[in-house]
Amino acid sequence: MYNKKVMDHFMNPRNVGEIEDADGVGEAGNPHGDQMKIFLKIRDNRIEDVKFKTFGCAAAIASSSMATELIKGKTLEEAWELTNEAVAEALEGLPPGKLECSVVSRQATHRAINDYRKKQGLEPLKEQT
Amino acid sequence: MGENRFVYMDHAATTFIKPEVVETMLPFLKEHFGNPSSLYSIGREGKEAVETAREKLAKALGADPDEIYFTSGGTESDNWAVKGTAFTRRKKGKHIITTPIEHHAVLYPCEYLETQGFDVTYLPVDTYGLVDPAKLEAAIREDTILISVMYANNEMGTIEPISEIGKVAREHDIPFHTDAVQAIGNIPLDLQGKDKDVDMLSLSAHKFYGPKGIGALYIREGTEIDNYMHGGAQERGRRAGTENVAGIAGMGKAIELATVKIEEHSKKIKKMRDRLMAGILEIPSCRLNGHPEKRLSGNLNFSFEYIEGESLLLMLDQMGICSSTGSACSSGSLDPSHVLSAIGVPPEIAQGSLRLTLGDANSEEDIDYVLEVLPEVVGKLRAISPFYKPASVCEK
Repeated sequence: MYNKKVMDHFMNPRNVGEIEDADGVGEAGNPHGDQMKIFLKIRDNRIEDVKFKTFGCAAAIASSSMATELIKGKTLEEAWELTNEAVAEALEGLPPGKLECSVVSRQATHRAINDYRKKQGLEPLKEQT
Repeated sequence: MGENRFVYMDHAATTFIKPEVVETMLPFLKEHFGNPSSLYSIGREGKEAVETAREKLAKALGADPDEIYFTSGGTESDNWAVKGTAFTRRKKGKHIITTPIEHHAVLYPCEYLETQGFDVTYLPVDTYGLVDPAKLEAAIREDTILISVMYANNEMGTIEPISEIGKVAREHDIPFHTDAVQAIGNIPLDLQGKDKDVDMLSLSAHKFYGPKGIGALYIREGTEIDNYMHGGAQERGRRAGTENVAGIAGMGKAIELATVKIEEHSKKIKKMRDRLMAGILEIPSCRLNGHPEKRLSGNLNFSFEYIEGESLLLMLDQMGICSSTGSACSSGSLDPSHVLSAIGVPPEIAQGSLRLTLGDANSEEDIDYVLEVLPEVVGKLRAISPFYKPASVCEK
């Protein structure tokens, strides 16, 4: 049901872990469902390093891994624009009903960016739902 | 991790077909293709094979051959028993008693019957999944027309007190159906002895090393039940349709092989199972679901905290291990199994459930391999999980 790329990111997820002195931390999930926690290290408005932890199905884990790959090195504005469709596309497709499993990575990223903004004394951006 | 093996530990889902069974089937897929209803020789050979298989099933169950009806499998047998009894007895009452841990092949016909004016009691089970015969008796009403309780549960392997439940049903003169799909080949059955109060029993060949698409419903002589398929005179007119001769012949051979040395076989499987169970329970924050002793000899069902079942299953599959989980993820929300929910396993723990069912495909080397791979895979998923804190290691 999952393609090779998804299986690769599921079996060997990139950027797993935590950042102790993270500049922004975000968590998102569904009650009794997927849960993702993301840690950002930010320098000069750019995501210098990113780590994550995810509880969920293979699609959720692979999407988390791919999302972190896609936002690494990007500016915060670019990272904010990340969509689940872009994550799914980078994974060369997710099975029907599994696209929603990638939603948590976008939500967690948004929350981590807003966490950083708050720490900087900036107004948090409005999350899209 | 070690060298990849292929380890099949999903015998409750289906089993491989034994070579002797395939041999028994082949002539009816080749030269003996005749219709058992035809009078010429290749038809008569088919008819003979069907009746020989019927005798083998009857012998294995302690039944009369006239009480065996061939169907397409467990689902059809369950549907026939539940709906066929309900509709034929609807003038006597509209109440059915079953349990929340039945297979969907019993639960969904019951839900359908609710839309048709029937009233169903889903009798709660205890934390091991056991039905209490006293509570069952208390649930009986004047208008109760059917009791259906599975012989052994497909997910967690718990074996129900079928003799006691049957006794209650008989005393109240209520027909009693049991889905014995998981029991055949694991537990010795005797419909004239300890199981004498069972009126209907479902079975499916592919769970005991026979082919898929064939099963049977045992209907005790004198049981009121509607005919299921209307058409030709096959199965004494009660389940019409040209017989699946090869399947029936294969099932006859399979049940003979599965029941001839059943106690010896169960003992061998249980020995491997118990070693695997002890090894897996060494993993921290892990619990066994179902009854520790009153369970099918090949069944293991665990919940691993902090991880999700589909991930666990897929990672094991990558290591060559075939397993099963009660957890299903759809659109980011996880549906825990109805069976684990019914025994009170909290959803966040039920999500990390894993079923391993042993059988004839397994060897002691398989146990070694799973014990080597599983703790590593669980550890790997926990390392990714935001819920897991290394401190939980000490919790056990």
